[in-house]
Amino acid sequence: MKSLGSIRRDFAPWNDPNAKPYIQFDKVTKKFADFIAVNNLSLTIFEREFFALLGASGCGKSTLLRMLAGFEEPSAGRILLDGQDLRGIPPYKRPVNMMFQSYALFPHMTVEKNIAFGLKQEGMPGPDIEKRVAEMLRLVKLEQFAKRKPHQLSGGQRQRVALARSVAKRPKVLLLDEPLGALDKKLREETQFELMDLQQELGLTFVVVTHDQEEAMTMADRIAIMDKGEVMQVATPAEIYEAPTSRFVAHFVGNVNMFEGRVAERTASTTRITGATGAQIVVDNGGAAAAGSDIIFAIRPEKIKVSSKKPADAVNVLEGEVYDVAYLGDMTVYHIKLDDGQIVRASALNASRITEDPLTWNDRAWVSFRPDAGVVLTR
Amino acid sequence: MNSTWSRFNITSIVLGFAFLYLPIVLLIVFSFNESKLVTVWGGFSTKWYVSLFHNQGLMDATWVTARVGVISATVATVLGTLAAITLTRYTRFKGRVLFSGMVFAPLVMPEVITGLSLLLLFVAVGLDRGFVTVTLAHITFTMCFVAVVVQSRLVTFDRSLEEAAMDLGAPPVKTFFQITLPVILPAIISGWMLAFTLSLDDLVIASFTSGPGATTLPMKIYSQVRLGVTPEINAACTILIAVVAIGVIIASIANKRREIQRQLDEQAAQRG
Repeated sequence: MKSLGSIRRDFAPWNDPNAKPYIQFDKVTKKFADFIAVNNLSLTIFEREFFALLGASGCGKSTLLRMLAGFEEPSAGRILLDGQDLRGIPPYKRPVNMMFQSYALFPHMTVEKNIAFGLKQEGMPGPDIEKRVAEMLRLVKLEQFAKRKPHQLSGGQRQRVALARSVAKRPKVLLLDEPLGALDKKLREETQFELMDLQQELGLTFVVVTHDQEEAMTMADRIAIMDKGEVMQVATPAEIYEAPTSRFVAHFVGNVNMFEGRVAERTASTTRITGATGAQIVVDNGGAAAAGSDIIFAIRPEKIKVSSKKPADAVNVLEGEVYDVAYLGDMTVYHIKLDDGQIVRASALNASRITEDPLTWNDRAWVSFRPDAGVVLTR
Repeated sequence: MNSTWSRFNITSIVLGFAFLYLPIVLLIVFSFNESKLVTVWGGFSTKWYVSLFHNQGLMDATWVTARVGVISATVATVLGTLAAITLTRYTRFKGRVLFSGMVFAPLVMPEVITGLSLLLLFVAVGLDRGFVTVTLAHITFTMCFVAVVVQSRLVTFDRSLEEAAMDLGAPPVKTFFQITLPVILPAIISGWMLAFTLSLDDLVIASFTSGPGATTLPMKIYSQVRLGVTPEINAACTILIAVVAIGVIIASIANKRREIQRQLDEQAAQRG
């Protein structure tokens, strides 16, 4: 049997020009009175993909999901599902199901009846419904809770009932609105992996809305970062983290250091940047930045090395003094105040228990990084 | 907190309860009076209760009141619920503020004015006063109470329940009857009971809008009292009090038990 990891590695329809898109947002705009929630947005999601919409609250991600479910109609543009235009199709006729943030379990029905509700609407015969409900209860490990009402369940159990109810009809697409938002941290981590396994097992397309970047990074095949009703970047978690295409994305996901500067020299293999305060930085890949243009150089804290002596062979070296040290156990975070005044955040993994040469407040320190450690951003 | 029974506390409780319940206690006590004179104690007897059930006028009035109450409470509940749903759900139509104000205005309208205006209306349209007009009048003035009760429940109703039902394939009408209605049913039932109670003890509006053959119990009692209080009336009132008290006690016990059960369930769920 193939492991989850290897299936995942092979799965990349977005790189295949012949792959058929499954869900397509085509220049979709949604206005609420004067407020533009979604602005001329285009997005493609593939079959069996685990897709995450990530953004702060009010960025339009939930509106996008609700338009897919049919609770809102786009003001302009089209949404296609498996080639079919969804315009005018009411929610109760769409082959998508949604798991709500509040779970929306029917309080007057037992767990069993909740799960059977959608199947009954379909007109599925009684014995088949029973079989499917039993199967769903087994899937979410709630067999012995079938006769309970929602208020007799814990938060984690309710979440699983909501999940079972929304996949019971075998929808083409499962929409999840902050599916783990109401769970505590430990349960949330467990459930993330359960959700991924479930998606593989059922072979469904998942579209999940979340504001939690860790959640999106863990679960999703691809992430769309949204801001003010627009998609800023769509990419795999690794690409989003390692190769953000804008300051917003770089800032939104993880920690980042940014240097303002100007491209001083550009050749095929290297780009030399002069920082606003005089620092010289050489990078491998200058992206789209032309010589003479103003750019931002972004680099993650863990890509920066801190040392108490000037490293001899490094390409990029900047000098300063230790401004702050935070020991977090697994790693130590340094804030180094460069001589030009900028503060750089660097994190070092505490691989050994005893550090030979501990740095402390006000020590002289050198930060260094490789030419391929950061990215050049033009917007 | 000082929870001991100080002399001041005892005094204020005794006074307070005496103020509230002394008249009622007197009424109940004198309903068991042997004597025909209401204010003179002549020994214990239940004969007034027996004669009460042979008083055709009072029995007729009771029957009228019950029918008026059930019919008007039921119609008012349907209309009040619809009004409440409209006011909570369709928040953007023009004149909503005016409309909701107008639905709730009868709450504070003096009964005399409601009664008089209804009387004028019935006369104007040539509707003979009787059972129908009393019932219509009671629908009118109890409807807004139902609307208030149901609306307060709807405000806290989680709309995603309805969305979930539709998402799972239930069209709007089915969603209403299978999800919305069952969830708000307790509020609708208490709205009905409130409307029924209001109809039961209304005297003013009934006096304006009732006609021959449709005398309600409060009207009957009032008119008899004007000819002099008889122990029979005391007995009738005692029965009314007993019915209402038993209803209230049952309702609150049921409520309390449900609440306790719910808390136990939730604690059990949290434990796992």
